[in-house]
Amino acid sequence: MDQFTLNLLFVGASFALYIGIAVWARAGSTSEFYAAGRGVHPVTNGMATAADWMSAASFISMAGLIAFTGYDNSSFLMGWTGGYVLLALLLAPYLRKFGKFTVSEFIGDRFYSPTARLVAVICLIVASTTYVIGQMTGVGVAFGRFLEISNTSGLLIGACVVFAYAVFGGMKGVTYTQVAQYCVLIMAYTIPAVFISLQLTGTPIPALGLFSETVNSDGASSGVYLLTKLDQIVTDLGFASYTEAHKDTLNMVLFTLSLMIGTAGLPHVIMRFFTVPKVSDARWSAGWTLVFIALLYLTAPAVGAMARLNISEMMWPNGVNGEAVSVETIESDEKYNWMLTWQKTGLLDWEDKNGDGKIQYYNDKSDAMADKAAANGWEGNELTKFNRDILVLANPEIANLPGWVIGLVAAGGLAAALSTAAGLLLAISSAVSHDLLKGQLTPNMSEKAELMSARVAMAVAIGVATILGLNPPGFAAQTVALAFGLAAASIFPALMMGIFSKKVNNVGAVAGMLSGLIFTLVYIFLHKGWLFIAGTNSFPDTVDGSLFGIQSTAIGAVGAMINFAVAFGVSSVTKETPQEIKDLVESVRTPAGAGAAVDH
Amino acid sequence: MAEQSTNADARAAEDAGGYWAANIRIILISLVIWAVVSFGFGIVLRPMLSGIEVGGTDLGFWFAQQGSILVFLGLIFFYAWRMNKLDKEYGVEE
Repeated sequence: MDQFTLNLLFVGASFALYIGIAVWARAGSTSEFYAAGRGVHPVTNGMATAADWMSAASFISMAGLIAFTGYDNSSFLMGWTGGYVLLALLLAPYLRKFGKFTVSEFIGDRFYSPTARLVAVICLIVASTTYVIGQMTGVGVAFGRFLEISNTSGLLIGACVVFAYAVFGGMKGVTYTQVAQYCVLIMAYTIPAVFISLQLTGTPIPALGLFSETVNSDGASSGVYLLTKLDQIVTDLGFASYTEAHKDTLNMVLFTLSLMIGTAGLPHVIMRFFTVPKVSDARWSAGWTLVFIALLYLTAPAVGAMARLNISEMMWPNGVNGEAVSVETIESDEKYNWMLTWQKTGLLDWEDKNGDGKIQYYNDKSDAMADKAAANGWEGNELTKFNRDILVLANPEIANLPGWVIGLVAAGGLAAALSTAAGLLLAISSAVSHDLLKGQLTPNMSEKAELMSARVAMAVAIGVATILGLNPPGFAAQTVALAFGLAAASIFPALMMGIFSKKVNNVGAVAGMLSGLIFTLVYIFLHKGWLFIAGTNSFPDTVDGSLFGIQSTAIGAVGAMINFAVAFGVSSVTKETPQEIKDLVESVRTPAGAGAAVDH
Repeated sequence: MAEQSTNADARAAEDAGGYWAANIRIILISLVIWAVVSFGFGIVLRPMLSGIEVGGTDLGFWFAQQGSILVFLGLIFFYAWRMNKLDKEYGVEE
C-alpha cells in the first residue's frame, strides 16, 4: 500500500471515530451542548480541554520553531503551560462560582454595564479571529501534505472541511469526541518521538532522551550528549548555537508573559471551567488539563532538537567537513523521498546554485562561513526553503519510520487543527449571534434568525481567516502568539480585576479593555502590516527596528499593564462601585452556595 | 438543604475576611515560585546556574524547556489540594 492511501486510511478512520462518538453521544439541547463537561470526571474533562486547547500551533508548528531557534523559543513551552497556573489560581474557581456560560456575561454583570459586555465581545472576536488565521495556516500545511497538493489548494480544501465540521457543531461540545481527539493527537505526537529517541539515544522517553548521550549504530553509547553534538553541528554550519541565549532578556520575558496571560484570557478555554460540577472540581480540572498538555509539551523540545540533528546529518551524510548530499541522492535514494513529497507543497525547496551537483546547507549570512564557502566554491545556502511548520509532519519521514506512523501523524495534525479551529469559529459565531445581536442590538430576534446569523458569522470569519491565512503574518505558532497577546491585553486584566478588586467600576473596566486592546492591536499592525497585509507596516518586525524595542509578539504583556493602569486610574476618579456589585464580588470569592451554571 | 446553605452563607460572611486573606497568601506564595522557576531560573537567572550541568547543557536550559512545566503542574495540584482543605477549615465548601 502506498503512503498516500495509508494517510487517507488513517485520516478517514480517525474522522469516522469522531463522528461515530458524536452521533452516539449527541447533545440534545443548548444547555447540554454548552455544559457537556458537567457530570464528567475532572480527569476526563481535563483530557477534553487539552484537546480543545492544543491546536495546530502546539502540534504542527511549535517544535519546528524550537528546532530552528533552540533555547530562545523556550518561551512557547513556558508561556503556554505557565498560563494554566494563572488560570487555576486567579480565574477558574471564581468564574465557576459565578455560574454563567460566557466570559462576556461575567464582564457585563460584574461591571454592571452592557457596554462592558459589548467591548468584551469585540475583544473576544478580534483575538479569536487572529487565532483562526494561525490555525488555517496549519490546516493548509497538513492538507497540502496529506493530499500531496500545493499549500494554497490545501488551505482552500481545509477551509471547507473546517466550515463543515464547525457547522456540524455538536461534535465540539461532546466531551467524549474530544477525548478521542486527544488520544489520536497524543499518540500521533509521541509514537514517532519515541522511535526517534530510541534511534538517537537508546532512551524510549523522548523528554529524557533530549538530555542523554547519543548512541552509535551498534547501540553503544558514544559518550557525547545529544545537545552537545547538536550545538557542535549547527555552529559548524554557521548557525547560532542551540542551547545558548541569543535573544535579549526583556523581549524573552515579555513574550513569555504575553503567552501566559493570553492563555488565561482565551474565552474558549475559560469556558470549559464554567461547566464543571463544583468549584473544587474547577481547581482539579485545571491541573489535569495541564497534565495532558504537559505530555506533549515535555516531548516537543525533544522532537525539535532531534529533528534538527537528523536534518543536519541528512544534508551532510559524511559529516559537516565532508561532501554534502548530492542532488542525485535526493532524487533517487528512498531515504530522501520526504524531500520530494514536501517539495510538491511548495514549503520545501533546494537549488544547486553553484552547479556542483551537491546541496550545501549552511548559514550564508554568517561571516565566519564566508571564508569556508569561498574556499569550497559554495555560492550560498542551497536548501533554499524549509518552512518551520512542516517539521513535525515531516519528522517521521525524515527519521525513516514505517508508513503507518506517518499516517498517524497526518491524522493527529488534522485533529489538532480542526478541533481548535472549529471550536474558535463556534466561539466567534456565538459571540456575534448570542452576545452581540440577541444580547445587545436586536433582543427580540427569533431563534431561527439567531441560528442563521451564527452561520453567517461563521462563514465570514472563516472567509477572512482563509484570505489572511494565504499570506499569514508568520508561521502558525507565531500568528497564534499574536492572538494570545490580544487576549492578554484585553480579557485577562478585566477578569482578574473583576474578582480581586472591588474598586474597579464600569467606566474603568471599559476604558482599560479598550486601551489595552487598541494599543496592542495598533502596535501589532504597525509591525505586521494593517490587517496583516504585507508591506503596509511602518516598522520592521525585528527587535532593533521595532518602535519600543519590543517585538510585536511580546507586546501583549505591555498592553495588559496599560489595561490595569488605566482601569485603576479611571476608577479612582469616577463613581464608586455600587454595594450590590461588591456583594457579588464577595460571593464569587467563596465556593459555598455555588449552583449549576445558568444561561441568561 | 436550603437552611444548610443559609448557615454556610452566614459563616462565610463572618469568616470571609480571614478566608480570603489566607487564599491571597497561598496565591502569592505560589506565584512567586511560578515566576522564579520560569522567568527566574529559565531566563533572567540562567547565567547564575550555568555552572550546574544537565545532560550536555545547563540547569537553566532544563528549567526553560522542561523543569518549569513540571513545577507548574506541582503548583496547580498543591493549590487545588490546599484550597479544598481551606474551604473545609473555614466551612465555606460547597
